[in-house]
Amino acid sequence: MKLLRHRLVWAVAALVTLIVVNTISRPTFLSITLQDGELYGSLIDILRNSAPLMLVALGMTVVIATRGIDLSVGAIMAVSGAVALTVIEASPTPDNLGVVLVAIAVAALVSLVLGAWNGLLVAVLGIQPIIATLVLMLAGRGIALLITGGFITTINSEPYQFISQGYVLGLPFAFLVSIAAIVVVALIERRTALGMLTEAVGINPEASRLAGVRSRGIVWGAYIASGLLAGIAGILYSSNIMAADANAAGLYIELDAILAVVLGGTSLAGGKFSLAGTVVGVFTIQTLKSTITFLGVPPAVSPVFLAAVVVIVVLVQSPRTRSALARLTRRRTPAGGARIDPEAAS
Amino acid sequence: MTSDDAVDPVTEAPVVEITGATVRFAGTLALDHVDFRVHAGEVHSLMGENGAGKSTLIRALTGARPLDEGVIRIHGKVARFARPRDAQRAGIAAVYQEIDLLPNLSVAENVLLGREPRRFGAIDWPRMRREAGAVLAGLGIDIDPASALGSHSVAVQQLVAIARAISREVSVLVLDEPTSSLDLEEVAELFRVIRELKDRGVAIVFISHFLDQVYEICDRITVLRNGSLVGEFRTEELLRIDLVQKMLGRGAEQLVERPRPEVDAEPRRAVLRARGLASRRLRPTDVVIGEGEVLGLAGLLGSGRTALARLLSGVDRPAHGRLELDAREVRLGDPRRATRLGVVYSSENRRSEGIIDQLSVAANITLALQAQRGAWRPLRKARRDELVASWIEALDIRPRRPELPVGVLSGGNQQKVLLARLLALAPRVIVLDEPTRGIDVGAKVELQNLVSGLADNGMSVVFVSGELEEVVRVSDQIAILRDGAVVDVVPGSQVTVDTLLAVVGQPDEG
Repeated sequence: MKLLRHRLVWAVAALVTLIVVNTISRPTFLSITLQDGELYGSLIDILRNSAPLMLVALGMTVVIATRGIDLSVGAIMAVSGAVALTVIEASPTPDNLGVVLVAIAVAALVSLVLGAWNGLLVAVLGIQPIIATLVLMLAGRGIALLITGGFITTINSEPYQFISQGYVLGLPFAFLVSIAAIVVVALIERRTALGMLTEAVGINPEASRLAGVRSRGIVWGAYIASGLLAGIAGILYSSNIMAADANAAGLYIELDAILAVVLGGTSLAGGKFSLAGTVVGVFTIQTLKSTITFLGVPPAVSPVFLAAVVVIVVLVQSPRTRSALARLTRRRTPAGGARIDPEAAS
Repeated sequence: MTSDDAVDPVTEAPVVEITGATVRFAGTLALDHVDFRVHAGEVHSLMGENGAGKSTLIRALTGARPLDEGVIRIHGKVARFARPRDAQRAGIAAVYQEIDLLPNLSVAENVLLGREPRRFGAIDWPRMRREAGAVLAGLGIDIDPASALGSHSVAVQQLVAIARAISREVSVLVLDEPTSSLDLEEVAELFRVIRELKDRGVAIVFISHFLDQVYEICDRITVLRNGSLVGEFRTEELLRIDLVQKMLGRGAEQLVERPRPEVDAEPRRAVLRARGLASRRLRPTDVVIGEGEVLGLAGLLGSGRTALARLLSGVDRPAHGRLELDAREVRLGDPRRATRLGVVYSSENRRSEGIIDQLSVAANITLALQAQRGAWRPLRKARRDELVASWIEALDIRPRRPELPVGVLSGGNQQKVLLARLLALAPRVIVLDEPTRGIDVGAKVELQNLVSGLADNGMSVVFVSGELEEVVRVSDQIAILRDGAVVDVVPGSQVTVDTLLAVVGQPDEG
C-alpha cells in the first residue's frame, strides 16, 4: 500500500507497461547482444538516443523548480551545434582530438553565455520566464544560421563522431554522458543545500528573500545550468548527424523536456522537484517514440498517439483521479477498515 | 450591546441541531459525540483551541466532510450532506477567513457568481448590477456593484463575501475567523451587518480567536476541547476567565503578566536606534531599543506599525533616515545583510511571507541558517537533525515530526517553526510582526512567554500586535502609532489597555 503512494510509482508503471507492450509485440525488444565488446539492441538504442533529451530535461527540472521555464533549449542546441561544427570546419585538421575538444569547449561556453542571458532577463530584470526565454527561442535559430552562414555545415571528424557513435566499456558514449550529467546535477543539488534553497525559492520567493536566501543567484544559476546542458545536448545531436542544421536541431525538444519533467512528478508551479522522476520521464518518452515507430503508426498521426498516452499517464498521476479511484475501491472494502482518509491531513 | 432585545431562543426549536457527531481521522477521534445547536436569530460562538474540533464540526455542517456517526437535523428534519452543495441547498452558507472571491471581477459578479441572471442565454448585466446592489443595500453596504472587487479593502471584500452567502435563501451563516484581518472600525461595520442578519432571523455561527469580539456579539458559546463537547453557555453567564479555563482545560495562571521592574534602575544600553526613518507610509520616526528590551508597537491597522517594523528590521528601504546597530549604520533594504548583522524579521503574513509550506519542518527551521552559510556549505546531516530536534524540543513544536511538511501544522506551530528559523541565527534583534495572529489562546500565551524569555536572555525584541492586551503584557516600552507616526513612547508598566486605546483611537487633531 505504501509503495502505491510513492510519487514515482505511476511514472515507473507507465515505463514498465511500455516495455511490456514492446516485448509482447516484438520479443527481440529486450534482447541485448554483445559484438566486439559493444552492446547492441533496442534498449541500448533507447538509452543512446535519449541522451540529448536527458540533458535538456535535467536543466529544465531545475528551472521549473524555481517557478520558471526555459523555452530556448532547442535554439541553444542549434547554436551550440553550429558553433562546434564551424570551429571544426575552419580547422585544417578536423580529425585532431585537440581541435574537437576546443570546438566542444567553445560551444559549451557560448551555451553558458546564452543561459546567463536568460537568467539575466528573469532573475535581474524580472521578466516573466516564458517571455524571457521566448526571445532566445526565436532568435537562437537565427543566430545559428548567422554562424553557419545560412548553410547546413557538414563535417568529417572521427573524434566528433565518437561522441554519439562511440562505445566506452561496452556502452554508448552518449549514454555515459547522460549518466554523468545525472550524477553531477544530482550531486550538486542534493549533496549541497542548493536543491533545498531552490525549492524554497520556487515555493515561496518572498519568504525566501526575507529568510536571507540569495534567490537572484539561485534563479540565475538555474538558467545557466539549463543553457549549458542544452549546449551539450546540441553537441550530441550534431555529432549524430555530423551536421549543424539550424532549423531541425532540437526542434520541439523543449516540449518533450517539459513533458518529461511533468511525467516525473515535478509540478509546473515550481518548488519540489524530482531528478529521478525526470530520468524516468525521459526514458518513458524515448521508449514511447521508439514504440510508435515500431508499431508502424504513420509519422503523420504519431503525435496524436503520443498525446493520448501522455493524457493517460498525467491523468493517472493526478491527485484528483487518484482520490476518485480510492473512493471507488473504498466502497468495495468492508466498512471499518483501517483506511487512512486523504483529507485527514488537512 | 448583547442580546437584550433578542427573544430567548432556547425556548424555540433550533434551526440546526447536531447530535452525537463523531468523526475519525486515521484512528484518532477528531469529534467525539459532540452535540451542537443553533437557533434562529442568535449569534452562537464555537470556541476551542486549535485541534479542538471546531473546523471538523464546521466541515460536517457545511457538507465538506460527512459524519462517521451522528445526526444533523435542519428545522427538525434529518439531513444528509454528501457534498457542500447539499448543505447550501439546505440553507447553510459559510464565509471563511481566506476570502474565496475573484478580485479581478466586479462586485456584482462576485455576489451572484454561478447564478447570474440571464436573458436569451446571455448575462443580463443591468439586472445583475441591480440585484447585487439590492443585496448590498440590504446590508447597508454602499459601494458600486460595477466596481472591481479588488479595488476595495479586505473588510469590504469580507462583507461582499457575506452578501454573496446571503444572496440566496440562508437560514444558517457560518463566519470562520471573519475579523482576523480587519481593524476596529471595520469590525464594527461587520458587527452591524451581523446584527442586521440576526434581526432577520438568520442563525449565525461565529468563530473567532478574539475574546472581546465573542463577548460583544455572541448570545451563546459552545466550547469544544480535544474533540469533545465541554458545554454550551449563555455568554453573559460565562466569565472570560472561566471560558479560557474551559478551552484550555487547565488553570489560567499562565496568563500572569510578565514581572517587570517598576523603576528601571539604569537605562539599558541602546542596541538599535532609528533616526528619522520614514517611508511612504511612515512619517520620520526616532526609536531606540535597548538590550534585553521588548519594544511593543501598538496601533490600528494602517497606523504604520508594520511599515515601522519592516524598516526597523532592515528588510525595506526607507525614503529617509538611518538605522544604527551598536551605533554603526546599517544599510537597509536587504534582508540578507540585515540577518548577517543579527537583525531578523518575522512577517505578519505567515503563509505568504513566512513558511515554505511544502517543505519539511526541518528545512523550514534551517532555511535562514543555511541561506546564511550559502548553498555550497550544507549543514551536516547529524548537526542539522540535532539542531532541528533541539528547536522542536525548546519551542514545543507539535507534532514532533521534523519530516512533515510545515503546511499541515496548526497556525501556532507554524509560527513556532518561523521563530525557530530566526532564533537559529542567534540574532541580537528580533522583530515579530503579529506573531500571534490567528493562533489559539494556549499557543498565544506560550508565544508571549517565549518573547519574555528571549528578552530576559538579553535579546532585543520588537513586538507588533493589534491586540493591545498582549502588547501591554509583554512590552517594556510601547511605541504608540497613529496615522503613520509614532505619537508617544510609554513604559509598559505605566499603561493599561484603556489608556492605550484612548491614544490609539484618538482622531488626529492636526
